[in-house]
Amino acid sequence: MNAPLPAAAAAVSDPTATDRAAALDRVVSALSPLLPAHALLYRREDTVPYECDGLTAYRQLPLAVALPETEDQVAAVLRACHAIGVPVVARGAGTGLSGGAMPHGLGVTLSLAKFNRILKIDALARTAQVQCGVRNLAISEAAAPLGLYYAPDPSSQIACTIGGNVAENSGGVHCLKYGLTLHNVLKVRGFTVEGEPVEFGGDGLDAAGLDLLAVVVGSEGMLAVTTEVTVKLCPKPQVARCIMASFDDIRKAGDAVAAVIAAGIIPAGLEMMDKPMTAAVEDFVHAGYDLDAEAILLCESDGTPEEVAEEIGRMLAVLQGCGATRVAVSENEAQRLRFWSGRKNAFPASGRISPDYMCMDSTIPRKRLADILIAIAAMEKKYGLRCCNVFHAGDGNLHPLILFDANDPDQMHRCELFGADILETSVALGGTVTGEHGVGVEKLSSMCVQFSPEEREQMFAVKRAFDAAGTLNPGKVIPTLHRCAEYGRMHVKKGLLPFPELERF
Amino acid sequence: MADAALDTLVDRVRAARADKTALNIGGGHTKAFYGEAPQGVPLDVRPLAGISSYEPSELVVTVRAGTALAELEAALAEQGQCLPFEPPHFAPGGTVGGMVAAGLSGPARAAVGGVRDYVLGATLLNGRAEVLSFGGQVMKNVAGYDVSRLLAGSMGVLGVLCEVSLKVLPLPVASQTLRFEVDEAEALRRLNTWGGQPLPVNASAWWDGTLVVRLSGAAAAVRSAVDRLGGDPVDPALAGPFWTGLRDQSDEFFTKAAAAVAAGATLWRLSVAQTAPPMALPGEHLVEWGGAQRWVVTTAAAARVREAAARAGGHATVFRGDKAGGALAPLSAPLQRIHKQLKTAFDPDRIFNPGRLYADL
Repeated sequence: MNAPLPAAAAAVSDPTATDRAAALDRVVSALSPLLPAHALLYRREDTVPYECDGLTAYRQLPLAVALPETEDQVAAVLRACHAIGVPVVARGAGTGLSGGAMPHGLGVTLSLAKFNRILKIDALARTAQVQCGVRNLAISEAAAPLGLYYAPDPSSQIACTIGGNVAENSGGVHCLKYGLTLHNVLKVRGFTVEGEPVEFGGDGLDAAGLDLLAVVVGSEGMLAVTTEVTVKLCPKPQVARCIMASFDDIRKAGDAVAAVIAAGIIPAGLEMMDKPMTAAVEDFVHAGYDLDAEAILLCESDGTPEEVAEEIGRMLAVLQGCGATRVAVSENEAQRLRFWSGRKNAFPASGRISPDYMCMDSTIPRKRLADILIAIAAMEKKYGLRCCNVFHAGDGNLHPLILFDANDPDQMHRCELFGADILETSVALGGTVTGEHGVGVEKLSSMCVQFSPEEREQMFAVKRAFDAAGTLNPGKVIPTLHRCAEYGRMHVKKGLLPFPELERF
Repeated sequence: MADAALDTLVDRVRAARADKTALNIGGGHTKAFYGEAPQGVPLDVRPLAGISSYEPSELVVTVRAGTALAELEAALAEQGQCLPFEPPHFAPGGTVGGMVAAGLSGPARAAVGGVRDYVLGATLLNGRAEVLSFGGQVMKNVAGYDVSRLLAGSMGVLGVLCEVSLKVLPLPVASQTLRFEVDEAEALRRLNTWGGQPLPVNASAWWDGTLVVRLSGAAAAVRSAVDRLGGDPVDPALAGPFWTGLRDQSDEFFTKAAAAVAAGATLWRLSVAQTAPPMALPGEHLVEWGGAQRWVVTTAAAARVREAAARAGGHATVFRGDKAGGALAPLSAPLQRIHKQLKTAFDPDRIFNPGRLYADL
């Protein structure tokens, strides 16, 4: 988990006690006739569990939490909140890593946790119709007896919900070959901010008119509230095998990633860990990783046995041609899972070697992998903090984990600067500030770097087209002009801030 | 991106905005028949031409909207790569911008995804004459709303597409087309059953008692699928032109459809659930995309066709023929409202392709 960052949390303006009390009165009297008593929480002890999502650094107590049990109740809550102009923040499992589900201090958190039923699995059509609160992995588990599964597999898949995946356009280690959430969703049913039922997409492969599904997926709950999703299911590959390759030089490993793709191979997964990360995970999982390697690549092939044998052969030739110092191919499922165990446990392993860590999520063009690693190594010196690196190398998505101690305000401050530096460098290398975790509240300032004022204003206009009053998850994803101006003033390059003794935000 | 060709377009848009002139954005005009009738003064984007960047190992190409589609495809083929969704060429001269704006995909759509799924980023000239970039050149990108993918299939109503970054893929190593003599219901049953199995089915078409299936992928996978599925192998020398003809609507079904349309029938495209039973509509039917796309040449009333498509979980578009009832299926009230407000959000003075997607948009 990310550690609480009190200074950052204060970035969210706290409503005054009188504002809150007045707003709470209005909300409770508007919502209590619509919901059973147990489905409306507004006492502090009941709402505290909702004060943050997976980004625990940013906290905000919601005014109230509504836990509707039926679609009619969802519609009624939305209608009522819209009528009195109260913000609504939809929430699934709360596993998001960018604060997309962080509550609004004068708003209602709409928990959709009770929408957890799988409505239909159609084996012939290879689709699953599920409520928004169904867990990602639960879909694959339910489809498994039919030889099918839901392909996108974010690492939080045991807990995260499909509604949250739709909001974030979640990826996972297999999205290079199988695509993101958008590519695996046919239809989203839900409600507009006014509480009107609406459907994006359809049972076919496209819908009439503008492709609104494409913009709703990944909109971080700001355009509509999702209550039901129809996803595509894929046939389970018969076999998967993984190559673990060591490199004595980061640049060679980065070049090997590009070479695999250039050879016309699309691996099922292609991941990289640097030396500090490998040491941390080996100490945690004892999988037998090569501790001398500067970088380790995990390269997976899946499909029919013949297909996999053919592809593994081609992958091996490329990796060896790129100077791999050691290669091993998994001979069975147990060994394959052991190869992956370190990669999958990179986050908890980092938690063991440092009091706290901050996970970044930028994406860069594949060919710049070595450049960014070298830049991050320089930043470690500049900010005086260590950083372990795990990458979805195949699609250029980085997860640098900056290690720090949140009890030391100076470390915390340097960590934030380090993170912002990684994001800005990624943009400068032709990439983006977030590959799969979303902007939420965490990367609002970084959006100022990636998008011009006109581009941000166009995004606000898109928001208004769906939500004229701007009450659906307000304040997320798109930074205001004012915020970007502040960020520009404060964020002085080379880590030197004017008046460093002053508290910021 | 900044240069003289773009500056000219920006000036044209600024002027059009000032005097409220409608602009008909176009390239090769090879899809002028599609959607509602074009209106306004032509705005030719073809001066905005050329591949801006292409690195095969990144699987990404960035190309300006006025570039000929054929030119892009040739550049990709040289590197053993392709646009896997097989965009149609209804006539020579189509552009990349037109391909994205129309959002039409060919035979492989069900297996590999559509145009929208390959759009990674786009530069747009909006109705305020601002040049804006969304998305980027990387596969994974969730920074802000996915405006670039919204442009795929938007028929130019949101703005002038100036440049687009597309994901590309290696050409399949092996391919084999098979032929089966079956009726429509049996073809649908087989296609859906195969779809649930790890088979490299890449395209399918059924018409007039014959099901044709293309397998594409690793040589070993194609070989074992051929053994498993049976059917009659089709000579690659015939299979290639068959799939291209289907893609470009120059094959026998569509040639006959054109004659029928000339005589008063309508060519409909129905996008439906792939398991939907054969459409209970008179006329000729061609099934693509594993059952998810049905072409119907019929004289049946528009309302009847639209109702059949809606019952099958989808929608029907008049592809060629009488569009008096609207080319596209009507939208639900909330979607119609969102469409109008999005149009206003991008093009407040309604200068771009007015009425091209929906008459009132």
